[in-house]
Amino acid sequence: MEAFAPLIAGFETALSFENLVFVFIGVLLGTLIGMLPGIGPINGIAILIPITFALDVNPTTMLILFAGIYYGSQYGNSISAILLNVPGTASSVATTLDGYEMAKRGRAGPALAMSAIASFIGGTLAIFGLVFLAPALAQFAIRFGPAEYFALIVFTFTTISALTGKNFVKGLIATAIGLVIASIGLDPGTGAPRFTFGQLPLYDGIDFVSATIGLFAVAEVFQLLEQSRVGGEVRTKIGRAMINARELAGSFWVMIRSAVSGFLIGTLPGAGATIAAFLAYSNEQRWVDKDRTFGQGDVRGVAAPESANNAAVSGAMIPLLTLGVPGSGTTAVMLAALLALNLNPGPLFIEQQPDLFWGLVASMYIGNVMLLVLNLPLVGLFIRVLLIPRWVLAPAVAVIGYVAVYSVNGSVFDLMVMTALGVLGYLLRKINVPIAPIILALVLGPMMETNLRRALAQAQGDPSVLVGSPITIVLWILVAASVVLPLLTRRSALEAVAPPARSRDDEDAPPLND
Amino acid sequence: MKRLVVTLLATAAFGLGAAFAQPSNVQCIAPADPGGGWDFTCRTIAPVLTDLGLIDGQVRTQNMAGAGGGVAFTHVVGQQGDNQDLIVAASTATTTRLAQGQFPDVTADDVRWIGAVGADFGVIGVAPDSEYDSLTELMDEWSADPGALTVVGGSAVGGWDHLKVLLAAQSAGVDDVEQIQYVSFSSGGQAILEVTGGRADVFTGDISEALPQIEAGNLKVVAVLSDERLSALPDVPTAQEQGIDAVGANWRGFYVPAGVSEERFQYWADALEQLEASDAFAEIREQNGLAPFARFGDDMEQFVLDQVDDIAELSARISQ
Repeated sequence: MEAFAPLIAGFETALSFENLVFVFIGVLLGTLIGMLPGIGPINGIAILIPITFALDVNPTTMLILFAGIYYGSQYGNSISAILLNVPGTASSVATTLDGYEMAKRGRAGPALAMSAIASFIGGTLAIFGLVFLAPALAQFAIRFGPAEYFALIVFTFTTISALTGKNFVKGLIATAIGLVIASIGLDPGTGAPRFTFGQLPLYDGIDFVSATIGLFAVAEVFQLLEQSRVGGEVRTKIGRAMINARELAGSFWVMIRSAVSGFLIGTLPGAGATIAAFLAYSNEQRWVDKDRTFGQGDVRGVAAPESANNAAVSGAMIPLLTLGVPGSGTTAVMLAALLALNLNPGPLFIEQQPDLFWGLVASMYIGNVMLLVLNLPLVGLFIRVLLIPRWVLAPAVAVIGYVAVYSVNGSVFDLMVMTALGVLGYLLRKINVPIAPIILALVLGPMMETNLRRALAQAQGDPSVLVGSPITIVLWILVAASVVLPLLTRRSALEAVAPPARSRDDEDAPPLND
Repeated sequence: MKRLVVTLLATAAFGLGAAFAQPSNVQCIAPADPGGGWDFTCRTIAPVLTDLGLIDGQVRTQNMAGAGGGVAFTHVVGQQGDNQDLIVAASTATTTRLAQGQFPDVTADDVRWIGAVGADFGVIGVAPDSEYDSLTELMDEWSADPGALTVVGGSAVGGWDHLKVLLAAQSAGVDDVEQIQYVSFSSGGQAILEVTGGRADVFTGDISEALPQIEAGNLKVVAVLSDERLSALPDVPTAQEQGIDAVGANWRGFYVPAGVSEERFQYWADALEQLEASDAFAEIREQNGLAPFARFGDDMEQFVLDQVDDIAELSARISQ
């Protein structure tokens, strides 16, 4: 019980009028920022830093605001992912797979409602993790070195088969394209320019935000241009706004499992919500998708990534505050803000700043409740977006994306990159190459490369370091299981054409990473 | 009421009189995204110029991220060459990249360096249970075998954290400094975890990023790379005290376009000198873990050109 004493004190902090106002502003802004492609929580928070300094808000309130924006954006980003097939941030790419399919089938309402509920479950479960496990998990994170990260990323890459369905080869092609795009820019280890052709803006590589807007939103505009000449437009039904009890019950354990795995991955600095969401999606696909409905508008395919990415965002507070190591771009900006206020997060931070830490934790609980209350009733409003003809909607989304990207970086070059990727995305759609693996490769490719190089460099080039710890060995077993098991089950399914032979119980499924 | 009017008139008159000499509408370019060190330099240091009455009006901060400052540098050289009211945040990272030719077609001579107002000094540390207790012991190990101990830090290979160790090793007389193994991480904090977790031997970084882990006992600092001991770590000897003549100052300062008038260059140098001496700035410096480090005007230009030469020479050795 004594674990609750500081938490209760935290609620006293979080329930002050000022903090309640700021957590509300935070989650509201976060929802909007997540919803609008192109801004993202990193820029949203960065833009607010000077304003909070000027307003002289106290550090606890500032952190409550920023955290609200961060997890609020994880609610918001699924809205555009589901309704428009344009993920607001990388962590909602996995949500597009089933979310957008549901919207196309007139089930946008249940998809959005499920996304809000799953986000709530993931977010609140992770807060329990924060309360009870923060110090222990910081130790776990210290044991995660480059070799462990490399194995984790390879494991995440095995999710590609889950993202591509039948067209596995096309999924690999998409992955290769993503890896090529990811290799543009300064070499992460040595700073040598690669594929930059002397163009300075290319030195930083292709920004994920520009890539997403280009590949998803701009490509959509091109496709519409073509369709309008061909004529005919499929009108989307909007359907009911709520989720029913059966859908909710069927997703319950999906959300719980995804929250646990998402939280654990979130606590690793350098993994983050994107990996958490993709892994949860593919794990659940292996675990519960017996009728192979994932990818065709299965509500559980929305529940898994949404629960995981919210849990990961809460988990990411652990390395930020207890190790002073940011696990994502957003937490890096939050760290910079804390440092500028002379607050140095580190191993002693919870002891030294109990009001701040517990106030933040309590505010996250309150914020998640606010988000649920805010988002569920709005589902009915959001799905009306689908009544807007797509020839109005898609260009509007693209314009918002262009304006957002330009206003943040002030670079025309980014806009040209977005347009070029839009053309690429359009061509790939024509030949049915999936887009999600490109984004996955774009996010994971550089991480995989740097961690492999670091691991080998630290071991003076000895490759045995890659299997040198218990954590790596567990991860490699998971990799092997997730590559081999589907092959075996596919064969047994082929051998026994008759349905009774279907003996795939939950016990046979590969173990979840834990 | 009367006094208020008088004050207002006096302020107005002073403002008018000063307007002829003072920069107005000053823009500060932060060559990175919001939230980083350069952004901080523009947003918290530059406004002190207004508070001290050294410039008219407010400083506008513009973020121009890209290529580690290269986008802003080439923009200033190419398109803002005679802007008299522009300052750009810079640090040792800027001179390192200039020295290594990472900004295509431009050099340190293409702008004017008006001053440095503070610095983050380097530290070299090992795991708390490490057998090494001094910088000299590390250097002895490297003298025997330069590949013996792996170094980790938060900058890229060839970046400032890497170079600091090599500069120290060079002054300690280690022969093949280019063979010292350095692995880069995305932040100093992450690099410290490698040392704490026993996967690497030596950490190199700036004091500000290492302090929380030092206080928690996760890192044992064997030397600070400053002229004098740092107030934050009074018990840790400098490298110089250990007989190794190495100072690693990651300074924070500004440059302006090359086309500014000589008067304006002097004005900026004097303004920064007054800023550096002010109480308001002392507080900011204290809050942000910066140590005093002051170079202005011609001094600053000479310092930057020397630093660029030193780094260029060392970088050429690493890349061989």
